[in-house]
Amino acid sequence: MANIITDETIEYVGILAKLELSDQEKEQAKIDMGRMLDYIDKLNELDTSGVEPMSHVFPVQNVFREDVVTNGDGSADTLKNAPEEKDRMFVVPKTFE
Amino acid sequence: MSKEYETVIGLEVHVELAAKTKIFCGCSTAFGGSPNAHTCPVCTGMPGSLPVLNKKVLEYAVAVGLAANCEITRYCKFDRKNYFYPDNPQNYQISQLYLPICRNGWVEIDTPDGPKKVGIHEIHMEEDAGKLIHDEWEDCTLVDYNRSGVPLIEIVSEPDMRSADEVIAYLEKLRLIIQYLGASDCKLQEGSMRADVNLSVREKGSEQLGTRTEMKNLNSFRAIARAIEGEKNRQIDLLEAGESVVQETRRWDDGKETSYAMRSKEDAQDYRYFPDPDLPPVSISEEFLEEIRARQPEFRTEKRKRYKEEFDIPDYDIEIITGSKHMADLFEATVALGAQPKKVSNWLMVETLRILKEQELDPEDIRFSPENLAKLIALTESRAINSTVAKEVFEVMFRENVDPERYVEEKGLKMVSDEGALRKTVEEVIAANPQSVQDYRNGKEKAIGFLVGQTMKAMKGKADPGSVNKLLKELL
Amino acid sequence: MELLSLSAVELSAAIREKKITAVEAMEAVLDRIEECEPQYHCYVTVDREGALERAGQVQKRIEAGELTGPLAGVPVAVKDNMCTEGMLTTCASRILENFIPFYTAEAVLNLEKAGAVLIGKTNMDEFAMGSTTETSAYGVTKNPRNPEYVPGGSSGGSAAAVAAEECFFALGSDTGGSIRQPASFCGVVGMKPTYGTVSRYGLVAYGSSLDQIGPLSKTVEDCAAVLEAIASHDSKDSTSVERSDTNFTEALVRDVRGLRIGIPRDYFGEGLDPEVRSAVLEAAKVLEAQGAVLEEFDLSLVDYAIPAYYTIAAAEASSNLERFDGIKYGYRADAQGLHQMYKKTRSQGFGPEVKRRIMLGSFVLSSGYYDAYYLKALRVKGMIKKAFDDAFSKYDCILGPAAPSTAPKLGESLSDPIKMYLGDIYTISVNLAGLPGLCVPCGTDHKGLPIGLQLIGDCFQEKKLIRIGYTYEQCRKDLQGA
Repeated sequence: MANIITDETIEYVGILAKLELSDQEKEQAKIDMGRMLDYIDKLNELDTSGVEPMSHVFPVQNVFREDVVTNGDGSADTLKNAPEEKDRMFVVPKTFE
Repeated sequence: MSKEYETVIGLEVHVELAAKTKIFCGCSTAFGGSPNAHTCPVCTGMPGSLPVLNKKVLEYAVAVGLAANCEITRYCKFDRKNYFYPDNPQNYQISQLYLPICRNGWVEIDTPDGPKKVGIHEIHMEEDAGKLIHDEWEDCTLVDYNRSGVPLIEIVSEPDMRSADEVIAYLEKLRLIIQYLGASDCKLQEGSMRADVNLSVREKGSEQLGTRTEMKNLNSFRAIARAIEGEKNRQIDLLEAGESVVQETRRWDDGKETSYAMRSKEDAQDYRYFPDPDLPPVSISEEFLEEIRARQPEFRTEKRKRYKEEFDIPDYDIEIITGSKHMADLFEATVALGAQPKKVSNWLMVETLRILKEQELDPEDIRFSPENLAKLIALTESRAINSTVAKEVFEVMFRENVDPERYVEEKGLKMVSDEGALRKTVEEVIAANPQSVQDYRNGKEKAIGFLVGQTMKAMKGKADPGSVNKLLKELL
Repeated sequence: MELLSLSAVELSAAIREKKITAVEAMEAVLDRIEECEPQYHCYVTVDREGALERAGQVQKRIEAGELTGPLAGVPVAVKDNMCTEGMLTTCASRILENFIPFYTAEAVLNLEKAGAVLIGKTNMDEFAMGSTTETSAYGVTKNPRNPEYVPGGSSGGSAAAVAAEECFFALGSDTGGSIRQPASFCGVVGMKPTYGTVSRYGLVAYGSSLDQIGPLSKTVEDCAAVLEAIASHDSKDSTSVERSDTNFTEALVRDVRGLRIGIPRDYFGEGLDPEVRSAVLEAAKVLEAQGAVLEEFDLSLVDYAIPAYYTIAAAEASSNLERFDGIKYGYRADAQGLHQMYKKTRSQGFGPEVKRRIMLGSFVLSSGYYDAYYLKALRVKGMIKKAFDDAFSKYDCILGPAAPSTAPKLGESLSDPIKMYLGDIYTISVNLAGLPGLCVPCGTDHKGLPIGLQLIGDCFQEKKLIRIGYTYEQCRKDLQGA
């Protein structure tokens, strides 16, 4: 395997992606990610110099809305699926120490 | 302190745009409203929802960019900035990194050493976050997404400022430009204008930049000035002690006058920006630019010049009036209604400024209409009311924007123009105050003042003091 | 009349002719579901009462002459990654185990406007990540052609429901082959339209630049009718394309004379099951006999589509799935502190394949790797698009297999992710280039498992695909009848 994924990398990606893996899952993730990256490295066989990165396939441009209020009070709908709610707001574990 | 240091400051200024709706959905941007009232699937990150750009936001951003001498990026894109935080419902913020709408501009500020250009690195469009409220009672945080998706522009300056004074001059300049454009009301206290300060220090004469910190949570010019002073000293102390400055984000606590590092080990500060696949690129045509250019207002510099040519009012008045777009509009509209420029200017300079100062308001908070100010001036011009009454009426008008004509009529404040009634009152006052009459006749000029006062009192203020004076002299 | 074997178009005609009512059709489907579900498990949610009520309302509107189209009164199943107001929408994930949207996906609204009647929501690979429908948090779906085999994925529940006659047609979504491959495995028709043809509003995003909703049906005719109903320019989807040529049923013409069909040699190389190869080439010959002009050519870059795809799809997915955080909807784990809550919710809420792709996606976008991986993949995508542009300057359509093999056995694929990803080799580049692709059944292997023929068109050329697919389907019917 050309790409060796370290514990630190898995730890770091876990912080970015907000995932907590068990030790066993971490070991598996190291193997899986390494293999995937080896596979993705195949792209390096291609000379892409001078090729623009293509994020949108079609030249669709300038899609706009007019500045007109179309939505009424959405709070009841917005909160319908809230795991926890108080005073018409979402409740989360405290964000300040 | 053995060495001499120089402070190097760059600013990231967020401005909430005055669009009626959010940047990517049709929810209102109005302040207030019950929690989560101004929300929909898009601005709360519901699964399957998609953003559509508000055209007004693009227009405002381009207008600000042109006013700040920027190059407009003719092909611009939106990128996702990924980070987890509860005020950010998608856990990514739609912003612009790779191709921001404006780049390479400048604004000019006044410094004690003369005018100075502050470079604008870029201006980009992005969405605001929701509001987090700490619930002391339950020891948890509550989230309200009413502000989520409110359109912002972020104006990123070059590190061209060297002092708190320059920073404030720069902010005032930006605020004025943006207010003139009507793109935002730019109120720091209310959060419609927010500044993050990037600051580093270096030995004077050094060309190299020091390690910078970013300070957030600055919501008044005073807080900005104090935070700059505090952070400058903190960094110099570190360097003097042989330590180094850590590049980090710090939160300014204005109450405690100190800052503290915000970063925790759970924040990697790796935003994984990539082009948002849900938003096609924006291509700006020459026609679009022309349209925005044609709509640009007369800015302060031109306005000042024109006022000097058109209106016979002092330079000082011009400075004050053009210092606020709202006041300048009010001035011009009132003059257009036929009021004499000097009179309009006087009302603004004296009574208006006095009340604004007393009530700690901005000129932008003035609510009375030019029509009503013009009417008030007309009432005094025609001597229908005297100046004392006019000031009283003005106070009410300032508060409630009442129609002065109707108010004067309703309250019966019109001066008594009936010569007979006035003569009768003056005769009564003369009869009732023989001592004063005697004094006057004995050459005590001042005594007439008392008699005028007594007459005014008897007339309940509704007489022209000049006419009273004249009549008294005649009868005595 | 064998009611459940009718196509959607045939059923709506029968309803119009008052041979049957929409309610009776729905009752028949619900009975069938009750009978078959224990075995196949095509659905996550069957809304029995709601379905009957909706069928009753539609029947009234048909009788009142308000609904006259070819889908009026026809029961439909929808993949569980499309939001449906008031109906559970899980994406086959635990993290959305209790999510009831208050809005409906635009494509589903369009179906409702056409009078189709929603039965319920079909099983899928969790968040559409998978090729077998085995990554669902709610159990695997089995292939109705042989329940020891997978139905394919990720729209496996939709394809299986059509094959099992547990609906008359279904909606799926296709990010890398997720409609065409299960259609191939289950022996039904499936189409991925040109990117932007069907609104993505209300489709829970996996890879936003690749996702497209499309039909799974019994016949090409149904496929055209459904596509005609769901295609729309939607002002809520900025990537939606305005097009005026969405009268797809007009392309149901049995005539391919003069059409140039390119057969990419790269699609018939190593790794292709010989039985699939011969069935697909046989189908090509049928078209040739009808007057189409066949020509072999080298498409190029085929091997690079999968690594480019997995980079782009994983990157977009890692960002799209950030919103599942336990705050606004869905599953939330008990935990002390915000970051623990995030981590526990997501770790318990997502399955292994989803986590694998989120981690890969987060990594390829992370500081220091963005250019090497993500931008590189976007450049390769540009090259792939160019290769297709070149091909379509010569051909009206590209013909090949939809998958390298017929359906694998249950439980065989998940152990080796790369092997599973390789199964998408013929479908994935179509998504990268935004092209339309149609899968039509073209035979079975020695185990009796279906084989699918894939027709790929230039963007906005669905009509050519429908015409070719329809011609082939009709010829095959004649051959089977003979």
